[in-house]
Amino acid sequence: MLRVEGLSAGYGAVQVLRGVGFEARAGEVTCIMGRNGAGKTTLMRAVMGLLPALAGEVRLDGRKVSDLPAHQVPKEGIGYVPQGRRLFGPLSVAENLQIGLLTRGRGAAVRDHVLSLFPRLRERLDQTSATLSGGEQQMLAIARALCLEPKVLLLDEPTEGLQPSMIGLIREVVMGLKAEGVAVVLVEQKVEAVLRMADQVVFLDRGEVAEVQPVAALRADPRPFRDHVGV
Amino acid sequence: MPILCNQMAFGPFLLLALLEGTVTAAVLALTALGLSLVFGVMRVVNVAHGAFFMLGAVLAWFVASHVPGAPALGFVAALVLAPLAVAALAAVADRLVLKRIGYDPEATIVATIGLLYIFEQAALSLFGPDARPVPAPFTWRIQFPWFGYSGYKLFVVAAALVVLAAVWLMLTRSRAGLIMRATQVDRQTARAFGINVDLVYTGTFALGAALAALGAVLVVPIQQAHYLMGGDPLLLSFIVVIIGGLGSLRGTLVAALVIGLGDGIISMFFTPTLAKIIATLAVALVLVFRPQGLFGARA
Repeated sequence: MLRVEGLSAGYGAVQVLRGVGFEARAGEVTCIMGRNGAGKTTLMRAVMGLLPALAGEVRLDGRKVSDLPAHQVPKEGIGYVPQGRRLFGPLSVAENLQIGLLTRGRGAAVRDHVLSLFPRLRERLDQTSATLSGGEQQMLAIARALCLEPKVLLLDEPTEGLQPSMIGLIREVVMGLKAEGVAVVLVEQKVEAVLRMADQVVFLDRGEVAEVQPVAALRADPRPFRDHVGV
Repeated sequence: MPILCNQMAFGPFLLLALLEGTVTAAVLALTALGLSLVFGVMRVVNVAHGAFFMLGAVLAWFVASHVPGAPALGFVAALVLAPLAVAALAAVADRLVLKRIGYDPEATIVATIGLLYIFEQAALSLFGPDARPVPAPFTWRIQFPWFGYSGYKLFVVAAALVVLAAVWLMLTRSRAGLIMRATQVDRQTARAFGINVDLVYTGTFALGAALAALGAVLVVPIQQAHYLMGGDPLLLSFIVVIIGGLGSLRGTLVAALVIGLGDGIISMFFTPTLAKIIATLAVALVLVFRPQGLFGARA
């Protein structure tokens, strides 16, 4: 589904990613783990084309997307839930969803399906998104990305700073997407969440892939968590 | 004006001042709205905005003087063609200059100063230094008990209101407006949702220039077209958007009304110079006590 090969990227003269490669398959959750500054968010942004690739490539279903302008990447079917949500704050909930729907020309049926996953958003369609609670904002950030009907969904620490009930809901949605055949790429720092949801884990260390391990192997031998994440 | 003072009581005198101020406010609102849109969406302080106003006026004269028949025909042609031509020119300037410098806030100030001089000198070279009159499309007057007033000036107010309402509806109800507002909030996230930010920027810059040009076409039968006429509208537009809050459309409209009416009333009862002094003082006070403007969001 999504294949990243030899991807290098950074900010100006500062190179953060060095030859990163992994594959995210349909119906699987691929977790990206690493210490602060390992390059997890940079990887997400580079896959989305928001940072220019200095080397390497990103392919979706065999089609090279790393040469496309950034605004074409989501139209290919890659959805993105950025760290910190990055909602269009002054816009209403409905308008945020509308932006997602416009991306790939999806309509009311998709919106209804997405709202069925997050019924609380349906009650707040006219509310300015900046006035939602933190959990509701995260729901909206995910719902907005789901309005693309993505083949691949990138989630950058979606449960960060949320209360347990909200974390549970978001994990349910991620597992639902996995069951629907979406390839989920999840930046996550909580080991128990990773063990519960992921199929494989990509450990980043100082911008390079240190290890890629199936979750079954990590259950048997959790040392990579300690070596690369420090937990 | 002193003769008028002697002949009229205070009430009619105030009515005349309010009418003149409303006309000023209407044109100013159109011009300042363009400046505010460009800053709001693109974060570009467009010093060339006054030049786009001037080009609208000069092109209106050019078009009107080449259309045979009744003045109204030439005016209508100018009303359509001049803003379109200025919008096209702005789009080209955006692609050739602003995009190439990455819309860097400081570099774009210098770049738009350069554009201002290029457009002014181009207008001087092509159309000459003379002030050019454009006949009003109609000359009927509304007769008040105390004085007659130009029907065309009231048309200017009505036309400006229609355009302002149309822009407002476009921004709040249309797909294009939604995309512009999303880009204004966060251009990186907008890109991640398939929005072609470069195209939005070009369109916004063209729309801002077209609004300035439209204001100029409306005002040119009252004033005259001249290659240096962009200075005052630029200054007043900056005053309006600073007082209203950079990027705030509601603030722009309210501030345009206040500045326009204030300009009309103070100019009528005192002097135009005093009106400009007070407007500039108001800007200074806003910058000191409420730097984000009356309706702007705190940075």
